[in-house]
Amino acid sequence: MPETDQTREFPGAKAPDRTGSIDSSGLRLALNEWGEPDAPVIAMVHGGFDFSRTFDVFAPMIADAGWRVVAWDARGHGDSDHAHLYGWAADVRDHLAAIQSISSEPIVLLGHSKGGGQLLDLLDGRPSLARAFVNLDGLPSQFSSPDVNDRERRRMRRADLASGLDRRRRRAELTRRPDTIAGLAERRQPMNPRLSREWLEYLVTVGARHDDEGWRWKIDPVLHLGGFGPWRPGWSLDHLAALEMPFLGVLSGVQDDPMGWKSRRGDIEPFIPPGGQLEFYDDIGHFLHIEQTRSIADLVLKFLEPLR
Amino acid sequence: MKRRTEFLLNGSLRLALHTLAEGEGRPLLLLHGLGEQSPRTRPAWTNSWNGPVIALDFTGHGDSEVPVSGGYTPEGLMSDVDAVLADRGPVTIVGRGFGAWVGLLVAGARTSLVHGVVLFDGSGIVGGGPQPPTPYVNVLPASGSVTPDPYALLELSRDPRPPDYALDYVRFVLEDSDIEHPIVVSARIRPDWLAAVAADIGVIELPLEQAIESFA
Repeated sequence: MPETDQTREFPGAKAPDRTGSIDSSGLRLALNEWGEPDAPVIAMVHGGFDFSRTFDVFAPMIADAGWRVVAWDARGHGDSDHAHLYGWAADVRDHLAAIQSISSEPIVLLGHSKGGGQLLDLLDGRPSLARAFVNLDGLPSQFSSPDVNDRERRRMRRADLASGLDRRRRRAELTRRPDTIAGLAERRQPMNPRLSREWLEYLVTVGARHDDEGWRWKIDPVLHLGGFGPWRPGWSLDHLAALEMPFLGVLSGVQDDPMGWKSRRGDIEPFIPPGGQLEFYDDIGHFLHIEQTRSIADLVLKFLEPLR
Repeated sequence: MKRRTEFLLNGSLRLALHTLAEGEGRPLLLLHGLGEQSPRTRPAWTNSWNGPVIALDFTGHGDSEVPVSGGYTPEGLMSDVDAVLADRGPVTIVGRGFGAWVGLLVAGARTSLVHGVVLFDGSGIVGGGPQPPTPYVNVLPASGSVTPDPYALLELSRDPRPPDYALDYVRFVLEDSDIEHPIVVSARIRPDWLAAVAADIGVIELPLEQAIESFA
């Protein structure tokens, strides 16, 4: 499946100014940076099945306003090493390793989706890491999915279990399916129905690698959406109320975005910490910072202005 | 007999599976507790079992390999046991402590391959409790090949075990099993998850030796 055109442009997208890696107990995590090296630091943590280059438009906007933006790929994602074991706690620990490698002083932390939820956990145990925290649609609510009854929930868990174990049995032979740039973009579209095909094709060129058979996503093929385990959204939400640093939460109100956590404003408001700020957009999907990059960047920059 | 060890692959990682007693028929699979490893010889409480007695060292324990940078979860280690099931076919499981918890999960996930599970006392039986404890996030130095892996000890002693989550697995087992009492609790220590399991109408309690005999 030869494809001679191996690049795509996207308006405003900019490759990192610097790349590197950090070590998390022997596991190499890929690191990307935008902005001046001596500017105040904001670390960005991507969501599940994403990678740090999904900040290629958002991060330069923040960097252009005088910030040093640092983002890394989670284990098994993007250019980071694939691991034998994956788990929420391991991701949280990897975030700690990355943050400690960036600065010994508190920095601004920003997390999207799963990344935001994991930062909630990290900051409950390590609050001194952050001088401020921005959470982009990563505030899981225990009140979501009220229409799923216990029987259906068990059926879903059981299906996840079987498919997860089957996948791990076959992990030695698993590979990501090769395709053209357009083909991979089309296959990702159901996860990102509100994002343009132009953006998704750009993502392929930074989140997949090309070989003799075509383009393949870099993400470890053993990883899959869903997963199983006892994790409850409310456990992270409890940590939200305990935050002491300046906090900005941004919620998408679009309930049918497949990757969204579908938390509603009324679910979250009771847990906002004192002095915290919650913004709600019922017309922007889960990938707020990609769908409405300029307005979300302006919102974040306004929140961060006192910290410059 | 002196135990015989072979290695199974779980992905690229080698797992040690020990044969403690030879025999014909369905194996009795022993799952050790947190930070432990498989016994060197056949425990006396397995003497009523006429078939083979085998024992698995979990990832990062005993003679099994240590993964880079942890990431341990009980759900992840289910695939260790699943590697044994793929190799040996149906087994009966006796799990100690942490092994009891994983044994229950695997019994619920692979109902056609687990012919009864006995839940017994041992290290790591409590886990992190019904809800996660306050996060303790710390980066440890790379441990190389030393077992037990410090990350296993850290992560598997803090995993939350909500009773209703445990009961989901009980339901999976009871809905599919063709034996009358496929889950037997022999443990005396009763963290919340195990108290809920033991109280389920489909679960019985027996002393360890009798529990094993009930599946022989």
